[in-house]
Amino acid sequence: MSTFFAILFYFATLVFVVGTLYRISIYTRTPAPLKIPTTPAPITTGGVVLRMMREVFLFESLFKANLWTWGLGWLFHASLALVLMRHLRYFTEPVWAWVASIQPFGMYAGITMVLGVAGLWARRLFVERIRYISTPSDHLMLVLFLVIGLSGLVMRFLVHVDVISVKGFMLGLMYFNLQALPSSIALYVHLSVVAVLLMIFPVSKLLHAPGLFFSPSRNQADNPRDKRHISGWGKQLESK
Amino acid sequence: MSATITAPAYRVIPIVPVLKPGAMEGSGPYVANDKIQEALGFPGHLVDDWHDQAIAKMGELLGKYRSLAVYMDSCVHCGACSDKCHYFIGTQDPKNMPVARQDLMRSVYRRYFTLPGKIFPKLVGARDLTREVLDEWHNYFHQCSECRRCSVFCPYGIDTAEVTMAAREILDSVGYGQKYSNEIIGKVHKIGNNLGLPAPALRDTLEGLEEDVKEETGIDVRFPVDVKGAEVLLITPSADFFAEPHIDSLIGYAKVFHAAGTSWTLSSFASEAGNFGMFIGNYEQLRLIALRIREVALELGVKRIVVGECGHAWRVAYSFWNTLTGVGDGADPNDQFAMMLQKQLDHRYKQPVHICEFTLDLIEQKAISFDKEANDKHIITFHDSCNVARGSRMGDYPGGQFDIPRNIIKAVANNFYEMNPNTTHERTFCCGGGGGLLTDDLLDVRVKGALPRMEALKQAADEHGVNFMACICAICKTQFSKVMPYYGFDRNTVGGVHQLVSNAIKLGAK
Repeated sequence: MSTFFAILFYFATLVFVVGTLYRISIYTRTPAPLKIPTTPAPITTGGVVLRMMREVFLFESLFKANLWTWGLGWLFHASLALVLMRHLRYFTEPVWAWVASIQPFGMYAGITMVLGVAGLWARRLFVERIRYISTPSDHLMLVLFLVIGLSGLVMRFLVHVDVISVKGFMLGLMYFNLQALPSSIALYVHLSVVAVLLMIFPVSKLLHAPGLFFSPSRNQADNPRDKRHISGWGKQLESK
Repeated sequence: MSATITAPAYRVIPIVPVLKPGAMEGSGPYVANDKIQEALGFPGHLVDDWHDQAIAKMGELLGKYRSLAVYMDSCVHCGACSDKCHYFIGTQDPKNMPVARQDLMRSVYRRYFTLPGKIFPKLVGARDLTREVLDEWHNYFHQCSECRRCSVFCPYGIDTAEVTMAAREILDSVGYGQKYSNEIIGKVHKIGNNLGLPAPALRDTLEGLEEDVKEETGIDVRFPVDVKGAEVLLITPSADFFAEPHIDSLIGYAKVFHAAGTSWTLSSFASEAGNFGMFIGNYEQLRLIALRIREVALELGVKRIVVGECGHAWRVAYSFWNTLTGVGDGADPNDQFAMMLQKQLDHRYKQPVHICEFTLDLIEQKAISFDKEANDKHIITFHDSCNVARGSRMGDYPGGQFDIPRNIIKAVANNFYEMNPNTTHERTFCCGGGGGLLTDDLLDVRVKGALPRMEALKQAADEHGVNFMACICAICKTQFSKVMPYYGFDRNTVGGVHQLVSNAIKLGAK
C-alpha cells in the first residue's frame, strides 16, 4: 500500500504541477487585444493590484452578487486555506513556528470547511436555477471536498491514526526515501481523494484559481486614452 | 407579430422569477441573406462543413483572445450571475441566465478542447456541436445585449459579452449571421452611417435644423459639415440626425459649441459613431469602421475629437479607438501609425472626449450658463447606459461616467431624482435593445428585457412623479421610445441629457 500511494502521489503531483503550469502558460501566451476592464476600474497598476487582492481575499464581486453564496463560499475557501496551512506540519521538519501556531485554528477550520461545502451543495441541490446550471461534475467536486473534509475529521476526532508515521511517509516522499504509511481506511480514503483532486485540477473548473489572475476584466487598468494598448496580431493588421 | 407581444407584469416584490424552460426558444433574429453576408466577406449561407469550420474558428479565437480562453475554463457554476440578466428576469427562460448562455458555448468547448469532455462528456456537461446546438447559439446569443452586467458580479470577472461576441463571430464565419447587425455594417461601409443617410440628405437635414433653431431662438446656430481646419470633429450616432428624441440632443450639442464659440464640424463620410463591429465580435470590422474616423480626422486636420450621446459608441471610442486607430495618447514614439494622428491632436485635452465631459467642463468654467426653469416641466431621472457604465469612463477618476452626466442635469434643471440604486451606476440595467438587438424581429425579447428598468422607472414615477428619463445613448432612446408604451409610459418620457441642455442654455448671454 505504501508503494501504491507513493507512486500515486508522485504521479498526481506531476500532473498537477505540469498541467497547471501548462494552462498558465497558455493564458500568458494568449494576447488580450482590447482593453476590457469592467468599469469603474482602477486607473493605475497599484489600483489593479488592490482590486485583485480584494477579489482574492474578500471575494468582492461575489459579495455584490449574493450574500449566501458569498458567505458559504468564503467560509469554505478561508477554511480550506487554513487547513492546507495546518497540513504543512506534515512536510516540514522542524515545523515552522507560524505553522505550529495556527494548529488549533486549522482544526476548527476542518469543521467550518465541511459546513461550507455542505451549504454550497445544499444551494446547488435546492435552489432551482443553481440546480439547472449544475453538471454531474459540479456535484462530484463538492462530494470530493466533503469526503476529504469528513475523512480528515474522522481521523482527528474518532479513529486514531499514527500521524508521526504519516509525516515520516510524506517527508520520505519529499526526500526520495520511501517510508511505510500507517494502515488506515480513513487515511487511504483521505489521500486517494486528495490525489484525485490534484489530478483533475488542470482540466477542470478548479482552474478558476489561476484563471482569476488572468481575467482581463479584472486585471487591466482603465487607461486606454492615456496609453496605446495593442496586441501582436492587432499590430500586424496595420502593416497590411 | 407585435399584436401578440405584451409586457410582463411588474413584479410586486422583485424576487428571482421561476424558470420557464424553452420560453424564448423560437424568438431569435432573422438570418442574414447571402447579399448581406458576402458584403462583409462572410459566406453567404451555412457552409457544408460548418461543423469543422466552427470548431476550427473556436480554436482560432481561443488563441487570439485571452478573455475567451480564461472564461471558458474558469466558471464554477456558482450562480452569482444567474439572476442578474434583464433578459432572464423578463423572459424567465433559464438559457438567458448568463451562466447558461455561456454554457451553450462552454459545453462545446469542453467536448472538443478538454480531456474530461472528450472522455466523459456527460459527466462534465459537454456536448457535440450539432445543428440543434448551432441553432440554439443563433437564438440565444442574439438575446444578449453584451451589457456586461453579469461581469460585475462574477467572482472571476467572466464577461458574457466576450462569449457572445465569440459565438457571433463563429456563426458569421460559417455563414449563419444575423440580418440586422450585418446589414447595418454593410450600410456603414457603403453609405457612411448605420441608417443609410447619404451625404446630400445629411446636408439638407442639417440646413433644416439651422432654420428650425433660428426660428425658435432667433440665433444663427450652425451645424457645419466637412469643414477643414475646424478645431473639433464631432462623431455622433446617425440617429441624432433625424430620429426622435435624438435630434434634440444634436441641437443641444450645436448650441453648446455655439455658446462656447468652439469651431466644430461633422463629417459626411464618418457620419456614424456607432460601431456594430463590436456587436458581432469581429475585430477586423470593428477596426475598419473605426478607421473611418481616423481618416477624416487626418483629412480635416482637427485638434479634438468629441463623441455624441451613444453608449456602445463611447465604449468603442474610449476603450478601443486608441488601439484600433491611434485616437488617443501615449503611443510608442516609434509607432508611426498612431503617432501620425497623435502628433496632430491637442493633448491638453483627453482624446477622444465625450460630449458630456466637454459640456460639464464649460459649465464648471462658467463659459456657458442656463435658465434652469426652462426644464421645470420635467421631473428627471437618469438611466445609466450599460456600455458607458461598465465599459468606459468619463473624467479623470473611476466612476466619472456616473457623476458627469448627472452634474450636467443638475446644472440645467431643478428636479432630479435617482432610481433604485440596485438599477443604476455599475448595476444599471440595459435598456433591452443593445448589442445588435434593436430590430423589430426581436421586439418580443426587447419588450421583456426592458422589465427591470421599467419597474425602477415606475417606482420613481410613483414616488417622485418622475416624468422624464434622461440617457446618453441612441439605442436606449430608440428602444425606450418603442417599448415604453407597452408599459404604460408615454414615449416622450425618454430623452437625451443634451436635450435638457438645449432647453435651458442661454445663447445670447455670451
